[in-house]
Amino acid sequence: MTERYVMSIDQGTTSTRCILFDHGGRLVSVTQREHRQHFPRPGWVEHDATEIWRNLERIAPEALAQAGVGPEQVAAVGIANQRETTVLWDRRTGVPVTPSIVWQDTRTDALVDELSRRPDAHIVEERCGLPLATYFSAPSIRWLLDHTPGLRERAERGEVLFGTMESWLIWNLTGGPDGGVHVTDVTNASRTLLMDIRALAWDDTLLDFFGVPRAMLPEIRPSAETYGVARRVVPGVRIAAALGDQQAALFGQTCFARGEAKCTYGTGSFLLLNTGTEPVRSTHGLLTTVGYQIGDQPAAYALEGSIAITGALVQWFRDRLGLIGTAPEIETLARTVDDNGGCYIVPAFSGLFAPHWRSEARGIIVGLTSYITKGHLARAVLEATGWQTREVVDAMNADSGLDLTTLKVDGGMTANNLLMQFIADVLDVPVVRPMVAETVSLGAAYAAGLAVGYWPDLEGLRRNWHRAAQWLPAMEPGRREEEYDNWQRAVQRTFDWIKPPKE
Amino acid sequence: MPGPVQSIERAAAILRVLAQGSGRLGLSEIANSLGLARGTAHGILRTLQMVGFVEQDEATGKYQLGAALLHLGTSYLDVNELRSRAINWADALASRSGEAVRIGTCLQGKVLVVHHVFRPDDSLQTLDVGVLLPMHATALGKVLLAYDANAAAAMQNGELEQFSRRTIRTPKELARALAGVREVGWAAEIEEITIGQASVAGPIRGYGGLVVGAIGISGAVERICDAQGRPRPDFVTYVRDAARAVSRDLGASRW
Repeated sequence: MTERYVMSIDQGTTSTRCILFDHGGRLVSVTQREHRQHFPRPGWVEHDATEIWRNLERIAPEALAQAGVGPEQVAAVGIANQRETTVLWDRRTGVPVTPSIVWQDTRTDALVDELSRRPDAHIVEERCGLPLATYFSAPSIRWLLDHTPGLRERAERGEVLFGTMESWLIWNLTGGPDGGVHVTDVTNASRTLLMDIRALAWDDTLLDFFGVPRAMLPEIRPSAETYGVARRVVPGVRIAAALGDQQAALFGQTCFARGEAKCTYGTGSFLLLNTGTEPVRSTHGLLTTVGYQIGDQPAAYALEGSIAITGALVQWFRDRLGLIGTAPEIETLARTVDDNGGCYIVPAFSGLFAPHWRSEARGIIVGLTSYITKGHLARAVLEATGWQTREVVDAMNADSGLDLTTLKVDGGMTANNLLMQFIADVLDVPVVRPMVAETVSLGAAYAAGLAVGYWPDLEGLRRNWHRAAQWLPAMEPGRREEEYDNWQRAVQRTFDWIKPPKE
Repeated sequence: MPGPVQSIERAAAILRVLAQGSGRLGLSEIANSLGLARGTAHGILRTLQMVGFVEQDEATGKYQLGAALLHLGTSYLDVNELRSRAINWADALASRSGEAVRIGTCLQGKVLVVHHVFRPDDSLQTLDVGVLLPMHATALGKVLLAYDANAAAAMQNGELEQFSRRTIRTPKELARALAGVREVGWAAEIEEITIGQASVAGPIRGYGGLVVGAIGISGAVERICDAQGRPRPDFVTYVRDAARAVSRDLGASRW
């Protein structure tokens, strides 16, 4: 039987998608299912890992049916996943022992504060390349171990397993309680705060620092390598890749050479720059992270500019303010006016990520006058994504010593022409969208296909990349300066809003 | 929970067709727009008439929206929403055919380009989203006209601009071409607007089969057409598959 397709699973923050790609990297079928977002308290965000697994059990066969093929025609499965979200489950029953703590959750605020005051706190950034923040997995694991009676003992005995979403799905696909493989990949492991970024191994000092028992951790493996064979959902198919979603997009955009960068526009937005086989330390608020590792080759590292709220601002505009019916309508509304009317929105909903890293900042709308209409607000919503991109690009240029000459973009928001034009305008470089906007899924498929020999090498993948659209800068430089200055002044006004608790 | 009721989807589509212009439409025009049998369309129209959503002119027998609808807003598919829903399939179409892809909707007697995917050869190309194209001289336009009786009726009066020797000249010729489009379910244009260029397009349908846009490829005539000067069958299949995939995403079940 010929293996005609590679299956990609994108387990994202709001939904899980399953896509089949053909040999040309072209999309053949797509299925998707959203899962519930639980907000039990202000600042808490939880997912039900069982619901996510059930969704996958449903959409994967649907994707095969849509293409009219069976699992025997699938060469491999690759997984891309929302990063950092923490799942703890019972090794014997396969049932999650707590709700999953999502990367946006800020409940570990006080814990992170306390940990960062320890005299040995500097080792965290030195060893793993990331600042100590609520965003990453280790504080969430620690919080769950501290707040669930008996959990730490069970974790020490190896009865409770930790994983990010890819670990959870691979474990279930390969049999669950009945022989499931407990692994993670280097990119996901690099987001836990527990891995030595040079050695690509769990670091005992960091495990001690956070009080996380080694027995609960998955084995760290390369991003592209056969981890095992599926026994459920797609029986007999090799599971051959896992990458954090942003790293998967870097791979899908074929940014295989040092100096190549992409930005993915989704709920949040993430600019990643391939820095080659050496990790680069940022002095401008960027993260050092692993880009990917193919088999036993050396890992490729990346600098990352993480923006927490971009598409999520449009969703807020739709769901909380009700000013539009669907997300794409933001463009229609924004086009009812010619400019922002002097209005700026800084969406520091859970503080600001790169390059500011201000957890005490909160969102603002400034420049309100009686002139402002909902059209101006819609403009300001889109412009917020443009200016936040400009801030991380500036940081990236400063850290790498290179000047970005074009920006490769992907993700759902690239369907928004007004936004893409605005990004080209404020960056003053061309913005290019590749033929497959679903680069997260494509990257996971590429990595899996590469691991099983469905695609021969990186060069072959590169030849699949084609430009689908390009936006050229057209903003007058004086106006760009003026608007950027206004934006930066707006950002300043979000700082220091949340007051430290009284002693 | 029971599934959607097909006759209600169709009734909604008929109302949208009637809402799209100021003119009144006859039974066959409505049936043709939606690809429905005359009997089916007639049954639905009679029901809509009973509930006051549709009125029939006694003298001409043509249908128009009823008074009961005056209080209901009409909403069309937002073009940005259409682009968003179609983007993956448009990419796949460009990639399979090796040609540029455009999606168009009807705007004041022209085709408004709402989405454009470059020909995947990485040559220098310029986005032409927002550009207006003539209806009668493009494959996109012919598809839109074929399934929009009001727009087609409007073309019967105006002058048809000539772009080349092969541009459709008369309203009669146009009507014949549109009937052909409805018969096969896709449209082609060969050197009718630009010498050396050809295009193929198919309808994007929403709920009930209402045509909300057209998707098509365009490029050099020697690539788009075979030795006999007809559109290559594999390209026609790619276009129709893409049109169907987008339609399915938009909720059109039959296509």
